[in-house]
Amino acid sequence: MNPVTPAIEPRLEATRNACKLCTPLGACLVFRGIRGAMPFLHGSQGCATYIRRYVISHFREPMDIASSNFSEGTAVFGGGENLTRGLDNVIRQYHPELIGIATTCLSETIGEDVPGMLRAYATARAGSPDLPALVHVSTASYRGTHMHGFHDAVRATVAALACQGATLPRQINLLPGLVSPADLRHLREIVAAFGLQAVVLPDYADTLDGPAWDDYQALPDGGTSCSEIATMGQSLATVQFGRALALTAESAADRLQATCAVPACKLGLPIGLRETDALFDCLARLSRQAPPEPFVKERGRLVDAYVDGHKYLAGKRAVLYGEEDLVVGLAAFLTETGIVPVLAASGGKSGVLRQTLTEAAPETASKTQVVDDADFVQIEAAAKALQPDLVIGHSKGAKLARALDIPLVRAGFPIHDRFGGQRLHHLGYRGTQELYDRIVNALLEKTQTESDIGYSYM
Amino acid sequence: MTRDDAILDERRAQVLRNGADGPAMACGKTSAAGSVSQRACVFCGSRVVLYPIADAVHLVHGPVGCAVYTWDIRGALSSGPQLHRNSFCTDLQETDVIHGGEKKLTRCLRELVTTYRPNAAFVYSTCIAGIIGDDIGAVCRKATAEYGIPVIPVMSEGFKGTKKDGYRAACEALASLIGTGDTTGISPHSINILGEFNIAGETWIIRDYLTAMGINVVATMTGDGRVPDIRRAHGAKLNLVQCSGSMVHLAKEMESRYGIPFKRVSYFGIEDMSQALYDVAEFFGDAPMLRRAQELVHRELTALLPALRDYRRDLTGRRAAIYVGGAFKAFSLVRALRHLGMQTVVVGSQTGNADDYRQLKELCDPGTIIVDDSNPVELAAFVREKGVDLFIGGVKERPIAYKLGIGFCDHNHERKRALAGFVGMLNFAREVHATVTSPVWNYVPRRRRLQEAV
Repeated sequence: MNPVTPAIEPRLEATRNACKLCTPLGACLVFRGIRGAMPFLHGSQGCATYIRRYVISHFREPMDIASSNFSEGTAVFGGGENLTRGLDNVIRQYHPELIGIATTCLSETIGEDVPGMLRAYATARAGSPDLPALVHVSTASYRGTHMHGFHDAVRATVAALACQGATLPRQINLLPGLVSPADLRHLREIVAAFGLQAVVLPDYADTLDGPAWDDYQALPDGGTSCSEIATMGQSLATVQFGRALALTAESAADRLQATCAVPACKLGLPIGLRETDALFDCLARLSRQAPPEPFVKERGRLVDAYVDGHKYLAGKRAVLYGEEDLVVGLAAFLTETGIVPVLAASGGKSGVLRQTLTEAAPETASKTQVVDDADFVQIEAAAKALQPDLVIGHSKGAKLARALDIPLVRAGFPIHDRFGGQRLHHLGYRGTQELYDRIVNALLEKTQTESDIGYSYM
Repeated sequence: MTRDDAILDERRAQVLRNGADGPAMACGKTSAAGSVSQRACVFCGSRVVLYPIADAVHLVHGPVGCAVYTWDIRGALSSGPQLHRNSFCTDLQETDVIHGGEKKLTRCLRELVTTYRPNAAFVYSTCIAGIIGDDIGAVCRKATAEYGIPVIPVMSEGFKGTKKDGYRAACEALASLIGTGDTTGISPHSINILGEFNIAGETWIIRDYLTAMGINVVATMTGDGRVPDIRRAHGAKLNLVQCSGSMVHLAKEMESRYGIPFKRVSYFGIEDMSQALYDVAEFFGDAPMLRRAQELVHRELTALLPALRDYRRDLTGRRAAIYVGGAFKAFSLVRALRHLGMQTVVVGSQTGNADDYRQLKELCDPGTIIVDDSNPVELAAFVREKGVDLFIGGVKERPIAYKLGIGFCDHNHERKRALAGFVGMLNFAREVHATVTSPVWNYVPRRRRLQEAV
């Protein structure tokens, strides 16, 4: 018998332990996924430093972000000169092929005309062989979450660089959203197996999870090049992940469809059988090839694992939190296994969390409490009332899992309290399998640890 | 990349080579636009100094980023309340930016003060709060009157200077608390500990040493800090100031306001830790206290020195780079490394002043690169040029070292192992030894290439 579902208490107006990050962070991650690109924040120095530290603690890789380093005078008289000097200095020190300029709340609020400044900069340095591509994205932190910054940066990059042209019949665009480097590598493998070539944006698989270096790389190897991005207008189609994204914003996929007539295939984050099947169906249709044998077998093994593990999971109650699209993907997967996602929470507030959950996992309509614009104090209070068996999400739920004395299966970003977050798989049959194994084992471990008997078969 | 390329023209006066004739370090400047400075901002400076006060509400008046990136960020331990480990934020939205955030701040303060019943509340101003012109002081004055606890504005707008200005804003916030408590019953042998943040319990180690000498600690600022203790800190006879950059301002303020002298000390390394204890004993001019300090140092060193000998044997001749926030910490590290037989060949800080760099020049060997407000490209060039075996720094320096196959010691505020005191010296030696002598470097491409070249 399930406990009576209590109503979720509204949260205080003060945000307590936010379940979201700021917009420029998302933009910086995107620019790190472009070959030879340098992220640049137009505003105070602290924004860049804090974001660097936060990102480094997850990926354990260098993450250089330049800043125009506003002073009090800059805030009063404008940041044009700082922007110019800053770009000059970044070009001197880094020799980038692209500089991604994201604003901050400071430069947004004083009303900086960054596009105008960049045009003037490019004009003044026209003909210089060092002049990189300059991509601007508006990322006021008081507007939206890190996911807005992320998707807006993808759209701004495409808008700045992609050109129309003859269709490249074996090339697709892949806009995966905020996923792990391991997921990005797996996605490239899947697409390649269909005989297609993917332009993945962003692709920080190597820049944020690279090998040990022989020599220091100011800009780490890897990422999608500007010339590849330029061809995105010629791709056969754009495959974009994220059901909430699909409903709420003019995305890069929309932009490519509107300006370059590249058809958009909008899918959910491919976690679990149904959402991954949708991706494979889509790729099969675009490539006119049946799903390749190794992946058919991966799918078969996943179903087999679902069967082998189903009694461990039957009726287990899970709390989910994180970016809306990740929560939807996780819920779609969990409902296939017998786990009941009793709470789906996000710090985002697109207003479509309930709707997208119901679309991806109709089972959630009656069983899942949904709360958006949530913070962790609210999530913890709601979770306590719901008596869950496990928590699935990033590191910042560790405190609530500890308070409830239940396992936290870590997924998404950031993983600051465990090793190897950048190498976790979440997507495809393979990623789902990995998640599934980790979930079953987390529950088995708890049973074993708490048992007096010391079972050696579980 | 050549060395010339690594250093921006406008930064050349901030890089010295020890022993070479030349001008003094050009420091105390704002960072060059476009340089990837390792510094944060004014807000960061204030937030780190006040963060460990465990019985206060810390409310960030600004956008979510400033609050969420400083949520439970440090290893500053509390022996009691854990309120400081939360991240409270007004989470300003576009409508607040347009219409002003004072009302929202007032409401958020009410919620938090009535929910948590703290002994004080600190309200941090951010870039955005400063730009939209919210009168945070007025909101705090009203809240102080309404709730009967100190509600203190911290004027830490990110763009109004450097991290050091944030330290100053934090000191001013603390100064407004000091002098408001009752000082009866404070012993004549009493001190305050300033600039110690109880990372991994370090304040407790220092406090234990002092207690063993017969000293009474009135307030620790801010490690394991409590508002009632801070309010009566003016009853102490001496301020012991570590991490000079962050707290000297407060010490000077307390000297002029209450006549409390201060001593600058460091608790890292054998000499500095011992000297700190002797300085306190000498200040009180108390012979039994001095004897107790000598006995304590003797006892600790009798255990420590033999333990260090094995580490020193393996580490002798190895070279180190140091890049830390405050230069004062670098002095101690240079000396501590010498105890391990290691030579410092690169040393720098985010916020050192002219005097700090003068002292570093005296302390370090000829040829040592001394740098102010450096960045990853420079640091990578310096450690490659000097062929270091160890880098001491924080989270942002760690990947530079690791990518180049260099050992690393975390000397930051996230560390989980105490590095202060005599026990800290042993921990430090263990950590340095563990990283420098690790077998993993045999497999790193750069180190293999360098070994093959020899």
